Amino acid sequence: MRREYDIGEQRVAAVRGVDLVVTDGEYVAIVGPSGCGKSTMLNLLGAIDRPTGGSIEIRGQDVGAMRDDAATAFRLRQIGFVFQRFYLMPTLTARENIELPMAEAGVASAPRAARARMLLDYVGLAARERHRPSQLSGGEQQRVAIARALANQPSLLLADEPTGELDARTGADVIALFARLHADGTTIVVVTHDEDLAHAAARVVHMRDGRIVDDPGAGAAL
Amino acid sequence: MRLARAGATLVRYPLRSALAIAGVAVAAALLLDMVMLSSGMRDSFRTMLLVRGFQLRIAPKGTLPFDSEATIGDATAIVTTLRQNRDIVAISPVLGAQVHLLGARSGAEVTSFALGVDGAVEGDYELERGVQVGGTDRAVANAAFLAASGARIGDTLDIVTGFDPQLRTYTGRRRLVLAGRARFYYTASRQPVLALPLTTLQAMAGTARRDRVSLFMARVRDGVDPDVVRDWVDRTVPRVSALSVASALKQVDARMGYFRQLAFILGGISLAVGFLLVTTLVTVSVNERIGEIAVMRAIGVSRAHVVQQIVVEGLALTLLGTLVGLAIGIVTARVLNGILGDFPGLPASFRFFVFRARAAWASLGLLVAAGMLAGIYPAWRAASLPIAGTLRREAVA
Repeated sequence: MRREYDIGEQRVAAVRGVDLVVTDGEYVAIVGPSGCGKSTMLNLLGAIDRPTGGSIEIRGQDVGAMRDDAATAFRLRQIGFVFQRFYLMPTLTARENIELPMAEAGVASAPRAARARMLLDYVGLAARERHRPSQLSGGEQQRVAIARALANQPSLLLADEPTGELDARTGADVIALFARLHADGTTIVVVTHDEDLAHAAARVVHMRDGRIVDDPGAGAAL
Repeated sequence: MRLARAGATLVRYPLRSALAIAGVAVAAALLLDMVMLSSGMRDSFRTMLLVRGFQLRIAPKGTLPFDSEATIGDATAIVTTLRQNRDIVAISPVLGAQVHLLGARSGAEVTSFALGVDGAVEGDYELERGVQVGGTDRAVANAAFLAASGARIGDTLDIVTGFDPQLRTYTGRRRLVLAGRARFYYTASRQPVLALPLTTLQAMAGTARRDRVSLFMARVRDGVDPDVVRDWVDRTVPRVSALSVASALKQVDARMGYFRQLAFILGGISLAVGFLLVTTLVTVSVNERIGEIAVMRAIGVSRAHVVQQIVVEGLALTLLGTLVGLAIGIVTARVLNGILGDFPGLPASFRFFVFRARAAWASLGLLVAAGMLAGIYPAWRAASLPIAGTLRREAVA
């Protein structure tokens, strides 16, 4: 896949022809210096950006060629996003934030509330159901965001610097949670500068200048 | 859930929401008042003319009722002629004159407008207390007369008319019994008015008013077009001009057209202000939440649903503002009616602002629709921003 941007009269390549195969249940960490194209690649994988060349196929669907409405529906059901800054809806409680993607997917009120409670319990925040993001710590907010990402049982969980805003202790909680998710069979691709988080992944892909420079799993995947 | 999210967003910014509601309320109140004003005077005039079911006014040729001191002679003969038309079911003759009350209980010199009427068919007032005008000496007066004179129902009034300044005498003087209190439809609220038997007033006014009246009011049979009868009166009695309610309203429309134009212009401005206000507020609110909107899109919320939520926010602000504006508009209209009702010469029952439910709902509905439309563009624009780029900018910001 390739992704180039037009900035003024210049054409800047953020991702310069990357081949990456991720298999079901894998836990992949993408690392590299700032500006190397990690986040851009994650956005392409998550169908919130379109490649300017190449293709992205997830479970047999060409994500890069999808129209907006198809890409939106794909993200809703197949992708779970975790952002560095959590990005919870400030007006909603923890449970309502988790319910949001389920409500969008048309899940009825009672089952989505039940699943939201189950996910809160999974991330260790059962007692924080009615708290709003402003009443939660950074680590708690990120765990709610992870629960939200898991709401519609996505086939791929994408995380962009999920520990970037957290201190070491709460970052460790999130790393442990990712490890547990991986153990439970969730496919995870995480972009990070956090060495602890990267080391927790089963496969670490190194990027530089928009290219993959080291991918221990490439041969195995091919 | 979208409704709940929209409500939660409005609660999140209470001051801004309150200001938005207040702004829309002012626009809605102004719009409502302008709609009430644009049709109010006409509706009020129509209601006033038809209050007792008399659809025709017959005045001296070339005049409007009571716009001059001209009178119609041979009134008895004219009544006989009018009764030949079977479509006319009631005729109420009225003579207007100025009278003075001598020896008022209050000690004040009371000058009053007097109406000579036939108590059995009068159409000028509503009797509030006491007994109707009748016999040769039973009169009724309005509250202003009672207040100025200090008279009470049952009192005998010493009434004179036709003062001759050279001879310092009156053409007529009668002792009348004050039999009741009435609310007059066509005279100003603070003007003292006395109604007495027509024949008594004619006799008091002397030879100049013998068998003369200022006006006839005629009631037409149900189902008959009053304008057909009006034409018949004009042809049959050339000395008079008949005026139907419809033709009177045409004259009102011609004279008051500028009021309606003014009301429409101000109403249109308030509608535009409401639209721009909601557009601005929704745009500001959306711009502050660009990151949130991009996240909603990233986690799979459709563009249409994002737009719906933002439009619902604008709609909620407009609806709440409109409801508050409805109350403000009605209260303002009452206050203004009270102030303008004291305008000299205006009938007490005349209203400038008249609430008509259909027109009010239509105009306020237009404002709500404008508020809804106002939210669509900023919402669609925000929901259409590139997700990845917006999140990157938000992160940098």
